[in-house]
Amino acid sequence: MSNHTSLPVEPTLLIEMYRRMLTIRFFEEAIFDVYRKGWMPGLAHLSDGQEATPVGVCMALRSDDTITSTHRGHGHIIAKGGQVEPMMAEVMGKVTGYCRGKGGEMHIADVSLGILGANGIVGGGLGIAAGSAFTAKREGKGRVSVAFFGDGAINQGLWYETANMAVLWKLPLIYVCENNQYTEFTHWQKLTSGEGLAARARAMGMPGVEVDGNDVVAVYQAAHELVEAARRGEGPATLICHTIRYGGHHVGDPGTAYRTKEEMEEWRKKDSIQRCEQLLVESGVLSPQDIEATRTEIEQCIQNAVQQARQDPFPPVEEVNEHVYA
Amino acid sequence: MSTRELTFAQAIREALDEELARDERIVLFGEDIGAWGGVFRTTEGLYQKYGSDRVIDTPLSEEGYVGMAVGIAMTGMHPVPEIMFGDFITLAMDQIVNQAAKMRYMTGGQVAVPITIRATMGGGRSSGAQHSQSWHAWFAHVPGLKVVVPSTPYDAKGLLKTALRDPNPILFFEDKVMYHKIKGPVPEEEYLIPLGVADIKREGKDVTIVALSRMVHTALAAAEKLAQEGISAEVIDPRTLTPLDEETLIQSECKTGGAVIVDEGYTRFGVTAELAAVIAKGAFDYLDAPIERVAAFDVPIPFSPPLEFATIPDEERIIQAVYRVLEGRRPQ
Repeated sequence: MSNHTSLPVEPTLLIEMYRRMLTIRFFEEAIFDVYRKGWMPGLAHLSDGQEATPVGVCMALRSDDTITSTHRGHGHIIAKGGQVEPMMAEVMGKVTGYCRGKGGEMHIADVSLGILGANGIVGGGLGIAAGSAFTAKREGKGRVSVAFFGDGAINQGLWYETANMAVLWKLPLIYVCENNQYTEFTHWQKLTSGEGLAARARAMGMPGVEVDGNDVVAVYQAAHELVEAARRGEGPATLICHTIRYGGHHVGDPGTAYRTKEEMEEWRKKDSIQRCEQLLVESGVLSPQDIEATRTEIEQCIQNAVQQARQDPFPPVEEVNEHVYA
Repeated sequence: MSTRELTFAQAIREALDEELARDERIVLFGEDIGAWGGVFRTTEGLYQKYGSDRVIDTPLSEEGYVGMAVGIAMTGMHPVPEIMFGDFITLAMDQIVNQAAKMRYMTGGQVAVPITIRATMGGGRSSGAQHSQSWHAWFAHVPGLKVVVPSTPYDAKGLLKTALRDPNPILFFEDKVMYHKIKGPVPEEEYLIPLGVADIKREGKDVTIVALSRMVHTALAAAEKLAQEGISAEVIDPRTLTPLDEETLIQSECKTGGAVIVDEGYTRFGVTAELAAVIAKGAFDYLDAPIERVAAFDVPIPFSPPLEFATIPDEERIIQAVYRVLEGRRPQ
């Protein structure tokens, strides 16, 4: 218990990062189980494997900063402070869900936490993120906006259009590209021209920074620097986080047809949670017993959310016409 | 109440001016709307009066600035993106249909998305097939959007001011042919016109002509000619498609027993079809003849004037449709 000084971040911060990553991992695993048991309608897009990216970024944010998320959005929402109970209820289509069951697993939002919604259109949230950054600049309180998106979205026109305006108008906007290697079922390099994603950002006139997206501390440090620069009025930036999703594109895809076993084994060696646990134990912040207790506690919390959501009611049919108009 | 004559463009500009002054959350976006004053002059002088951070010249990025408007609206402001030619609205379609229209519903009511998208419509200027279309019907098909289609300077100003105070995404269509050609009385005093209230532009008893936007003026001219023949046509302007004042349409039909519906959008699956269905259901027992629809031919809007004017409804097509309704009447 004596090696704290070598830690790159405060111990309390590292513990919080660990807890949020673990919450995401267990939440995603629980959804896979819920899906297989037929307890949820539709499909789900899971992000286990990618936990360090949303957590590293969101721990660099203030509560009034906003994020927009993607179809693979559960991690972003948990990382920004979203609660697992209304998330799980939403996944199951229950009235107690964040969106009263109207959004579903792909559209979870908690606007009070600055979570402006996950989005089913690849790249579709980039405009919302840029708009939030516009409002933030106008408010002048140092608030920033973060747009999470994947390697697929960097080939959408909206990225270029908003990036152009964000640079022109110096908007406090951080583009966070979670490069999980596969645009649905195709490797990103087969679909993306040029010298990589960061080069594209630099071509638009903003910093393009690449980081190991499975290293939560590295993501946090890179995000923190870009976020603080944006707060100071220095304009937008793009952070590319290289990572992997362990599962398939969605719960119905095992993800094995287009990825090799060897490739996935290499990624497993870089598992974000194992690395974080190793750092916590080696630096003496947590003991192996603490790690085990944390895992048990969070797993129990997720299981409670599953059980509660199962018991919760579906929305009454009368609500179908509510919330169309304000 | 004192009034003066304003053009359609001046009425739009005045509504924007007054609302920019009233509510600092309102921000205008568009291509050359700022320093240049707008290609149709609807924002003339507003950049000089309110500054470059409220009347904002954007790059040619319809998807980008409409998308940005969704986020601006979700964070408490009221953006007003302009689509210079309504044809370009296709570029912003995802942001309007999949984002703006659904955000409130998908979040279970957590957010409101107050955006007023101003877009032009209308042909007749030999502008070709990509600068002449009228796409208002598309948006009336999308839950979560409201659609406003004014026909006079008075209506344009009162409805735009209302739209700029409404918490929902609204498509506000302005027929560009009317901007400088249509003049009308506009009160000096402030007024608002609620959305969802049709206006009877001319009272009559023999036939109901329902028309929108510039077609109201064409319908009124047709009604005037018909009056000289002793045919009394009532001209009704719904003014907004969503919400739609069904009751006024049905009541007029119950009175006259015949209906001609006129719209500059396309015929097939268009506004005229929906309004005909509303009238047919609501006034079925009063219908003396099949409902007639007069809308643009289902072709890309042609360039050459004889072709273009053939596709767009005119007085003669409306009059012929009225004749068919009257001839088709069942014996009393």
